[in-house]
Amino acid sequence: MAGNVKKHLGAGHAKSQRGTEESPFVKWTLIIIALLFCLVFLLLPLVNVFAQAFSKGFAAYWQALANADSWAAIRLTLIVAAITVPLNTIFGVAAAWAVAKFEFRGKSILITLIDLPFSVSPVVAGLMLLVLFGAQGYFGPWLEAHPIHLFGHTYEIKIIFAVPGIVLATTFVTFPFVARELIPVMQATGREQEEAALTLGASGWKTFWYVTLPSVKWGLLYGIILCNARAMGEFGAVYVVSLGVIGETQTMPLRVYQLYNEPSHIEAAFAVATLLAVLALVTLGFKTFLEWRQAKEFELAQQQVVDRQIVDGG
Amino acid sequence: MVAKKFNPLPGFKLTMGYTVFYLSIIVLIPIAALFLRVSHLSWKEFWDMATTDRAMAAYRLTFGASLIAALANAIFGTLLAWVLARYEFPGRRFIDAMVDFPFALPTAVAGLTLASMFHDNGWLGQYLVPLGIKGAYTRLGVVIALTFVGMPFVVRTLQPVLENFEREVEEAAATLGAGRLRTFVSVIAPSLLPPIITGFALAFARAIGEYGSVVFISGNLRMKTEIAPYLIVERLEEFNYAGAMALAVVLLVASFLLLVVINMLEQWAGKFVK
Repeated sequence: MAGNVKKHLGAGHAKSQRGTEESPFVKWTLIIIALLFCLVFLLLPLVNVFAQAFSKGFAAYWQALANADSWAAIRLTLIVAAITVPLNTIFGVAAAWAVAKFEFRGKSILITLIDLPFSVSPVVAGLMLLVLFGAQGYFGPWLEAHPIHLFGHTYEIKIIFAVPGIVLATTFVTFPFVARELIPVMQATGREQEEAALTLGASGWKTFWYVTLPSVKWGLLYGIILCNARAMGEFGAVYVVSLGVIGETQTMPLRVYQLYNEPSHIEAAFAVATLLAVLALVTLGFKTFLEWRQAKEFELAQQQVVDRQIVDGG
Repeated sequence: MVAKKFNPLPGFKLTMGYTVFYLSIIVLIPIAALFLRVSHLSWKEFWDMATTDRAMAAYRLTFGASLIAALANAIFGTLLAWVLARYEFPGRRFIDAMVDFPFALPTAVAGLTLASMFHDNGWLGQYLVPLGIKGAYTRLGVVIALTFVGMPFVVRTLQPVLENFEREVEEAAATLGAGRLRTFVSVIAPSLLPPIITGFALAFARAIGEYGSVVFISGNLRMKTEIAPYLIVERLEEFNYAGAMALAVVLLVASFLLLVVINMLEQWAGKFVK
């Protein structure tokens, strides 16, 4: 019935049905421009990665990936992420606890400092590590002159052009992710639940494990997965500190770059790139899942409030 | 730093101590080291190295292309946020999820796929190059890569504001006889401006430091398509560390200034969203 009335009115006033709606012509023009923009800047780049990777068939794709140097790059990327992500996660949890649960002077400065790595060019981040640990850097010559003697062997601590440098560079670039996601979530949950647990005699650690962590787990997970995506995909900072020696200090993004610069290997570059594109898609899928869950939990909470009101009212 | 009021929760000293310690090791000491190293140069040495012709060309391209890309994102990002927040159409939820794709995709992959799309025989290049629109190995390519990388910022700062916008205000304007365009210009637009400008500044800041995606598509032609981060890498590969550091300090100071502006913008924008 209502629909009929609306339709009838719409026919009479095609220019604008309601004062707060655009005419269908304007609306669909805007939608089409937006969709075209998304097609060129989101969809085509994604599909193109896979199309180019498989352009010479599945066998060629597999061959490009089965290459020993590509495997070394995949392994190194996984190792670097496996060190970097836990480091930044521990930091993120500690920083979020201090910032979200306590009041102190200089809090906004601390938050700004935590965000700082976002506004530093990755290349500059890598350069800073060269200044510290490079052959002409502050600690480089000292490290070179002081090798470690362990079990009868002598080890020189190499940071630049080695895995520790890649780890440090990646840690710098992905530094804010977990803390940034966690701080607002922890602020939103407040302190009452923890205070209740402490009053009931739980220890600090127990309170954290059984009260705080469960209430922020989705935010934490999202921060971790973002941090991981960026850690595995970092290019500029890692390139500066490692120069991407094939099979040794070459991560997956550096492998893509090297293969891209050899014109005959462009399909191989895309083959390695598909793995990173899948990583991005998984990250997005996880994010969408989390948002859906949050909306659901919110709805559930709303429903419970309504139910309670009905019970109370009855 | 001392906790102000009484607070029964434990662990402030431990977590605060660790936060400051880790922040210093990973972030503050490296930044300080760079400035300390550069401070050993005389002002003239620094200035000469930071303002060579090649460096000036690189700054012009970096800041110019970042500005154009951020403007493109402000326009299309506003449009996209509007469409996502206001209209229902097939594929809306899919697009909404995909907007963050440039954040999640490693920049090297972004550069690789954009370069191949705009190449002479690429998916878009085969139609665009005959029209004279060359995306690969040109300054336009730099803009394209930076637009891709900065795309989510405006959409994601604007979208929540649009979703929480009180429709009653628009209805009031309509009842008072304002047409849709008039309502948009004088009622809706003023409150959208702060988030748009914030998103624009975020996209601009991100674009200035971007390296990975650009080096694939720009071709890094001397004096033509070299961005400032690329020139830093070039200097390093020539073992000209002082030259690299001079450029890096210029970039760093520019990003810090932008950070201050963005913080101020966010506070300003925060006043409009309650």
